[in-house]
Amino acid sequence: MKETTATEKLSQVLDTIPKLLLDHAKKRADRPANRLKDLGIWQTWTWSEVADEVRNLACGLSKIGFQRGDKLAVIGDNRPRLYWSMVAAQALGGIPVPLYQDSVAEEMVYVLENADVKYAIVQNQEQTDKLLEIKDRLPNLKHICYEEPRGMRDYTQDFIHYYKDIQKTGRDYHNENPDYFLQEIGKGQGSDISIFLYTSGTTGKPKGVVLTSDNLIITARNSIEFDNLTSEEEVLAYLPMAWVGDNIFSLAQAYVIGFCVNCPENPETVMTDLKEIGPTYYFAPPAIYETVLTKVMIRMEDASKIKRSMFKYFMDLAKSVGIRILDGKPVSFKERILYSIGQFLVYGPLKNNLGLSRTRLAYTAGEAIGPEIFEFFRSLGINIKQLYGQTEASVFICAQPDGQVKADTVGTAYPGVELRLADNNEVFYRSPGVFHSYYKNPESTAETKDAEGWVATGDAGFFDEDGHLKIIDRAKDVGRMSDGTMFAPKYIENKLKFFPFIKEAVAFGDEKEFTTAFICIDIEAVGNWAERKNLAYSGYTDLSARAEVYDLLQECVETVNADLARDEKLSGSQIKRFLLLHKELDADDGELTRTRKVRRRIVAEKYAVLISALDDPQQTHCEIDSQMTFEDGRTGMVHADLQIRESALAESQVHTLAA
Amino acid sequence: MESKFGDYLLSVDHISLSFGGVKALKDISFGIREKEVFAIIGPNGAGKTSMLNVINGFYHPQEGEITYKGVHRKQMKSHDAAVHGIARTFQNVALFKGMSTIDNIMTGRIIHMKRNLFWQAFYLGPARKEEMANREYVEDIIDFLEIQAIRRTPVGRLPYGLQKRVELGRALAMEPDLLLLDEPMAGMNIEEKQDMCRFVLDVNDQYGTTIALIEHDMSVVMDISDKVVVLDYGEKLAEGTPDEIRGNQTVIDAYLGVTTAN
Repeated sequence: MKETTATEKLSQVLDTIPKLLLDHAKKRADRPANRLKDLGIWQTWTWSEVADEVRNLACGLSKIGFQRGDKLAVIGDNRPRLYWSMVAAQALGGIPVPLYQDSVAEEMVYVLENADVKYAIVQNQEQTDKLLEIKDRLPNLKHICYEEPRGMRDYTQDFIHYYKDIQKTGRDYHNENPDYFLQEIGKGQGSDISIFLYTSGTTGKPKGVVLTSDNLIITARNSIEFDNLTSEEEVLAYLPMAWVGDNIFSLAQAYVIGFCVNCPENPETVMTDLKEIGPTYYFAPPAIYETVLTKVMIRMEDASKIKRSMFKYFMDLAKSVGIRILDGKPVSFKERILYSIGQFLVYGPLKNNLGLSRTRLAYTAGEAIGPEIFEFFRSLGINIKQLYGQTEASVFICAQPDGQVKADTVGTAYPGVELRLADNNEVFYRSPGVFHSYYKNPESTAETKDAEGWVATGDAGFFDEDGHLKIIDRAKDVGRMSDGTMFAPKYIENKLKFFPFIKEAVAFGDEKEFTTAFICIDIEAVGNWAERKNLAYSGYTDLSARAEVYDLLQECVETVNADLARDEKLSGSQIKRFLLLHKELDADDGELTRTRKVRRRIVAEKYAVLISALDDPQQTHCEIDSQMTFEDGRTGMVHADLQIRESALAESQVHTLAA
Repeated sequence: MESKFGDYLLSVDHISLSFGGVKALKDISFGIREKEVFAIIGPNGAGKTSMLNVINGFYHPQEGEITYKGVHRKQMKSHDAAVHGIARTFQNVALFKGMSTIDNIMTGRIIHMKRNLFWQAFYLGPARKEEMANREYVEDIIDFLEIQAIRRTPVGRLPYGLQKRVELGRALAMEPDLLLLDEPMAGMNIEEKQDMCRFVLDVNDQYGTTIALIEHDMSVVMDISDKVVVLDYGEKLAEGTPDEIRGNQTVIDAYLGVTTAN
């Protein structure tokens, strides 16, 4: 099933995280392994110090009864001591179960119970309190250990321990039994269960994904080779420890190759810490890159005129030159000179300010990223790439190889990963990272993973002309239009939403002759635009009904159409008719979820009149009365007469334009 | 329940203060015990801030006596008050707007710096050591108040709630025995108030600092104080535990019944 590589042979010896730790403690004893900013100063632990800390903790845990197979919950922000807790549990043959630190106590009950958690190591008083609140319902939970002593003076229960006290008893135990720790680590092997990671579970209860050491370590080795990571990398661990990505980027990869993982002082200082550490390798979800870009643009608006024009000139230059340099494409001598002047005047200081001066490699994943955001960072010379992954795969399914980076694909199959598309375009994969099972849930395991190890992702996609995978939507949301063309609503909506003028969009096309769409304008962006155009308006409803605004949005829709036309498979799903909704979609009206995802079915029911008007080519406008919830909780009826526009379809004979 | 508290740290006896013909305080007496959270409440113009000013020596009363740490005085002197461990925050934030959070808090350490200008100017051996020790103390406070993220931010750029927190930090840097807080929660939203309450209680608990505070938010006062004194038009209306005050008819008539909705 798996291809044998050179690194895999090596892994037969160093096949667990604790074994890797011992190896680094020998080979690079004095190199930094972890840093944490404490009282304003970066504290460093070398690999040999980390090995001692982990050993003392592990011995201390065994002293209070920790046994092979026991589950240890780990709850808190990214702290070296919490990472060591996970390794200590693994050293003893136990299984760490990291939880999302911002979950409320109620949400933790299910996971702690489902995972049979017996021990918990938590960051502070806040997390301890949460566990105490639910302890009555968790008969298995025997011991709680806290890392930060602040406010813990009055917690005298005998099942509550201070981290350093545990380590102290552990040190004594080790002095009496110097072989114990090594023997325990020696008992471990690659096929052992390494960790439980609970998927956040947007539908139903969270599922505990069981990953083995082999899953994590082989995946980490492949990824290190793929991106040429070295032991000199510096990363900042700031994403939740319960998320699979953090376990790969801040734990498995670091322990395999031996680079340094830095932990921020606290969650609010991440931006400052980023600047001080200057990570060489960085991961962030698209939202973070977007925030950074917005912040830069706003700050530039306030800059002096000279600086503004300098910024504009060099950023325009970077867009054509910087990206070509990064992709290894030919660049003229003059362009090179200009780019290095820009490097000195603009790019260098800017990157330094963002903490990305040393960033060689940056990843993003999880959501579609706007092409202009992607372009911005790449033009600065930051090699930002997309990857596609999930917990069940130990992260990696696809990633973009250097030099083949595109904003709208997730790249090619990762080393060691086999990909296959089902008839309904659902993506299936098989890889060394494929999870062992869902804990205590054989039905779900069987539903997701077949006997040959193929895993269903639930996502639909297709390969473009270069063999890159494009993820378009959840497989269950992808429909067919009446002529059989594939219809992927989220893909179209995302393309629309990349325009700053568009806040929300809902596309309809399943079993229809042509695609139609509702669009909600972004009142701030369009309002600003209207102000600059001296266009007076009284509010949202008025603004979104203006012909000028319709013209503006029609341009956006037609750009999206042109974009869709480039895809053979999606060309047929271009938007033919659209309207601008008279109100914003709102969670209070049940149209969005609390995390701002469109509830397609409810929107379709509520605005059925509008949809049928869109479907009928004769109608040019439609009246609607709809209920709306105001901010103080009162509800009211809103009446509006909405125009319907036809947009031009790209590369098509139909060229109709409504007045 | 009195057992948690020690002896009287500060007591005022028959204090009267007037500005010309205006009597700001009339014959006020009360005592603050060690480790107590002591609240002074009353309507606007009741003389609450004047009372704090008398305690830290900014105003000098015409009559009465102040006993602090067993020493009887006719009046406090501002410098004495600082040296002997009385620190305060102000109703209107009084920070150095252009200086960073850490520098503002460092100013609270000045009374603990012994080296003269010469040593400090050249940042030599002992002065350097002293600076490091003081800096460490300040970092502890920053950690305690959870303001790491604004360590280097000029305080003028901070929102009001955070400025209040920095001001508390500066007062704490003096290592006070008695901390005077003048409306620490004024102008804050609920969340900021909750945070501030927690910090006040934590200061009291962790550093063992005695706290005297003025506050208008009755729920805050009743929740966190051990003892409350009520002033109205410069006179003392009542003194007692929060429960006693809540049930006191004079207080309800003069103050609580009017300003609190329930």
